[in-house]
Amino acid sequence: MAKPKVAFYWCASCGGCEETVVDLAEDILGVVEKLDIVLWPVAMDFKYKDIQAMPDQSILATLLNGAIRSTEQEEMAHLMRRKSQYLIAYGSCAHTGGIPALANQFSREQILKFNYEDAPSVVNEQKVRPQAKFEEAGRTPHLPTLWDTVRCLDQVVEVDYYIPGCPPTPNLTKVAVGALLSGQLPPKGSVIAPDQALCTECPRKDSKPATLSISEVKRPATTVLAMDKCFLAQGVMCMGPATRSGCTAQCIGGNMPCTGCFGGTSRVRDQGAKMLSSFCSNIESKEEAGIRQTLAGLPDPVGTFYRYGMAKSILRKRVDAK
Amino acid sequence: MQPTTQTPSTAVAPGWTPRIVAFFCNWCTYTAADLAGVSRLKYAANARVIRVMCSGRIDPQFILEALSRGADGVLIGGCHPNDCHYVEGNYKMLRRFELLQRMLKDMGIEEQRVRLEWISAAEGEKVKTVMNEMVEQLKQLGPLSLPQKWEQWDQEMTGLAHAAAAQAPVACACAH
Repeated sequence: MAKPKVAFYWCASCGGCEETVVDLAEDILGVVEKLDIVLWPVAMDFKYKDIQAMPDQSILATLLNGAIRSTEQEEMAHLMRRKSQYLIAYGSCAHTGGIPALANQFSREQILKFNYEDAPSVVNEQKVRPQAKFEEAGRTPHLPTLWDTVRCLDQVVEVDYYIPGCPPTPNLTKVAVGALLSGQLPPKGSVIAPDQALCTECPRKDSKPATLSISEVKRPATTVLAMDKCFLAQGVMCMGPATRSGCTAQCIGGNMPCTGCFGGTSRVRDQGAKMLSSFCSNIESKEEAGIRQTLAGLPDPVGTFYRYGMAKSILRKRVDAK
Repeated sequence: MQPTTQTPSTAVAPGWTPRIVAFFCNWCTYTAADLAGVSRLKYAANARVIRVMCSGRIDPQFILEALSRGADGVLIGGCHPNDCHYVEGNYKMLRRFELLQRMLKDMGIEEQRVRLEWISAAEGEKVKTVMNEMVEQLKQLGPLSLPQKWEQWDQEMTGLAHAAAAQAPVACACAH
């Protein structure tokens, strides 16, 4: 019997998710034994036309990482959707927008202008910008165009499952591949990770006081952090209360607070707003001046609360970016 | 790269008036609105009032959701400091409000669109003043129209999807 087919594809991403697949280490041999990889641009040589030639739904599953922010990525998302029985949003960018979605604070024009004209390291006197097509030696090559808005995968095509994380852990990847192979799949739309907050699996949870009272927000880069005390109790912003567990608290293990890459649980519509709510409720002061003074320690609320979730947030985008 | 703070010039429909979602706490502001009613005070009828048990119950998600579904402004009413029926709820709201305002500003939403007021059960007159004032301010700002803006922004995507559907089954025209 032919082995089930699987594809890995990347869109607006950094390559870290691909790294996780490699981080399966020798377990990947088990995967390759049972599955045929039909597309994996980062590691193997396949052509898109090979995929186009395949019958619809002939791929068991596509693990697609990265946000969608160009015409090419949209086309590939549609193509992989059509050719796959299961389309899996793999990693924070495909799940909730990830780091690329922070670009939703700016318009496409602002981004292009900065990167091709204003950035201190750029020398571009003719102000050349990428063109969708151009003439060269009698040929007309086409380039993808950049969208104004960065979207997560399910804002573009239907998604069957989500594997969260920046990047997802090899463990969760194994769980997902195992479920695919055994056919014992969770309900459609599930996020392949426990549906509870990170605090529940945090090794420091016993040091979290029943009532937090934050008077000063400290930042990891300028603070000596205790190795065994709840970050919030130390006055450090930790997204744990508003973030899904399943990562085995790896950042906490490295003495860094959670930055929220797994997104919220199923009960949370907007991870950033929820964390803002939780954090602010625990500020000590009861007066405007004191509250403002405490909050001055948070210079970038959008970048803090929506570091990975801007595309999936309620507002999704800076409303007046032009 | 500094984001601009300009508001896009949305064409305002004739006869447009602001739509406000108001979250009032059960013990003070909602009772005050009730008092304004029985006292037959007249004020702008632009708000849909949602009664919550305490201003501390107002999740910032509610506020964002209201704006994203077409509200032009959100008004929050709670008990004066020291008067909260649940002792601490209004302080929690105040703290969230302070940071939410900063965050909304960073997302391009004018701070007058979300307003927090302490209105006690005896201050029916204040409900009237605040409501009228907010309606005037929102009229100056114009509609927020988030659902319409999203529809507009999503055209970059649906446009391509339609083009792709028209070409089907000739898939993927990109040059590789």
